Amino acid sequence: MVPTTPDPGSVGVVQTRTARLFTPDSPLRLAGGATLPVVDVAYETYGTLSPAADNAVMVCHALTGDAHAAGWHPGDRRPGWWDNLIGPGKPLDTTRCFVICANLLGGCQGTTGPSSTNPETGTAYGLDFPLLQMADLVEVHRALLRHLGIERLLAAIGGSLGGMQVLEWGLSHPGEVANAIVIAASSRLNAQNIGFSAVARHAIMSDRSFDGGRYAEAGVSPDTGLSIARMMAHITYLSEEALDSKFGRDPNPHAGEPGFGVDFAIESYLAHQGQVFLERFDALSYLYLTRVMDYFDPFAAPGALDAVGVDPVTWLVLSFASDWRFGTAHSRRIVRELEHVGQPVSFREIPSTWGHDSFLLEIEPYHATLAAFLDRAGEEGLR
Amino acid sequence: MSLRPDLALVASLVPDGSRVLDLGCSSGDLLAHLARDQGCRGTGVEIDPASVLAAIRLGVPVIELDLDHQLDDFADDSYDVVVLSRTIQTIRRPQEVLRHMGRIGQRLIVSVPNFGWYGHRLRLLRGRMPMSRELPYAWYDTPNLRHTTLVDLQQLFDNLGFTVERRITLSPSGHPRRTGEALANLLAGAAVYVLRPA
Repeated sequence: MVPTTPDPGSVGVVQTRTARLFTPDSPLRLAGGATLPVVDVAYETYGTLSPAADNAVMVCHALTGDAHAAGWHPGDRRPGWWDNLIGPGKPLDTTRCFVICANLLGGCQGTTGPSSTNPETGTAYGLDFPLLQMADLVEVHRALLRHLGIERLLAAIGGSLGGMQVLEWGLSHPGEVANAIVIAASSRLNAQNIGFSAVARHAIMSDRSFDGGRYAEAGVSPDTGLSIARMMAHITYLSEEALDSKFGRDPNPHAGEPGFGVDFAIESYLAHQGQVFLERFDALSYLYLTRVMDYFDPFAAPGALDAVGVDPVTWLVLSFASDWRFGTAHSRRIVRELEHVGQPVSFREIPSTWGHDSFLLEIEPYHATLAAFLDRAGEEGLR
Repeated sequence: MSLRPDLALVASLVPDGSRVLDLGCSSGDLLAHLARDQGCRGTGVEIDPASVLAAIRLGVPVIELDLDHQLDDFADDSYDVVVLSRTIQTIRRPQEVLRHMGRIGQRLIVSVPNFGWYGHRLRLLRGRMPMSRELPYAWYDTPNLRHTTLVDLQQLFDNLGFTVERRITLSPSGHPRRTGEALANLLAGAAVYVLRPA
């Protein structure tokens, strides 16, 4: 529940707003050539935009995140997903910064995505929704900034898919991002990464209720497939050590005789994660957004580094020692590419046993590094 | 903010406007000074977590990696100057690191404590491990793994094909010595080299 006594480190009660950023008169033209006639975006903001609009920090969320990064929604049992980072006196200090977080394009939590209604047909897009690229996600973020009257960000920050959006943004529009923080991300998924995504998609698409993506019309959803996708993903988000210390071989306390039920605690945990995921996520978004990641390869594009060569961005790249989803090798590749063209880039591998999920946790050296980088960025301002 | 004297000496050897790679950059003071006062750009490399954090706070780009194994990340001829300041004695594979420096930079600046200083020799003659202002640690807690004299170091530079463009030897109290190059290996507490790779 929302704490009854005010927490000085919290942004307090917040609400998600929605803006219509693209309309049939000025549709969103996607990098792949298709257009979306209507794009609505759900977003939240924390802190106050300075009169000069020079203190804005954009938070880009990961695959299954949403616009609710910090503070409390009335009636909620837990605060926003990055509440440990965002708030008065926290590394992303809302007494100084104006923080924005938007649900990304293709998502399912207030922003237009494949389960939104296609205005041309009056029914959900389904698989008629065009394939997206990272540049499209960034294009919609940029439109939100214009809507809010912000020309240049003090910083953009994100973990995992969020970090990939930050990387794309910094490379393609360096004049808009003074400082870019790319955490536990990748500039090119490897075969193992794509393999995991493929199995997740296969689970969803082979669920009988998927119905070629038309499940919404039939009033069903591919719950079994989506929960299997989530269960498997959860294993990859934690390290072997983290799973072992959390569950070991503990039995599920509610299990009966040995059999093919939920015998072990880890099985119970994964089943629970799979179930609660169904309440907040959509199978089509899972397909579209994982594909965005699969194809993301920004440094391979001809002239990918031309823009930052002219207009450098100050980069911070972070990885976590036990992350095997997008481990340190992925981050060091990003660092190498940036360093080779003379970008000011800092890199740390944060010691953590928690795996990929570490980027969501309050880990002292991790938050200290973000605070050091953001404090310096705040002092320098938009030079 | 005034720069530590040994770093000020290194800074004086860096041409204005250079792109500088500082291996073992500590808290980034040298690079911050070079950026502010000499129009340089650059990158620091450091492995001590507290130092990395301090450098980031200072606004110095710093990459946390292991000098002994990860210098492959830097491209050939990508820096004007590569600095290795009071660090060579702490690394496991000095020869490999120097070879990488020669590959990465046009000019190298290397500063080293001199194990051959007579004070160290006297301590050793008395049966004790050398300790001094330059090498202040007891044998059991020193971060220094590789000890060299200036004569031995010259041999390594020769083997690597490095040309010594300049050598500034320092007195045991850390001041540049003006005389006696011939006896430097006996009288200098430390030295700073400007090298040109092959």
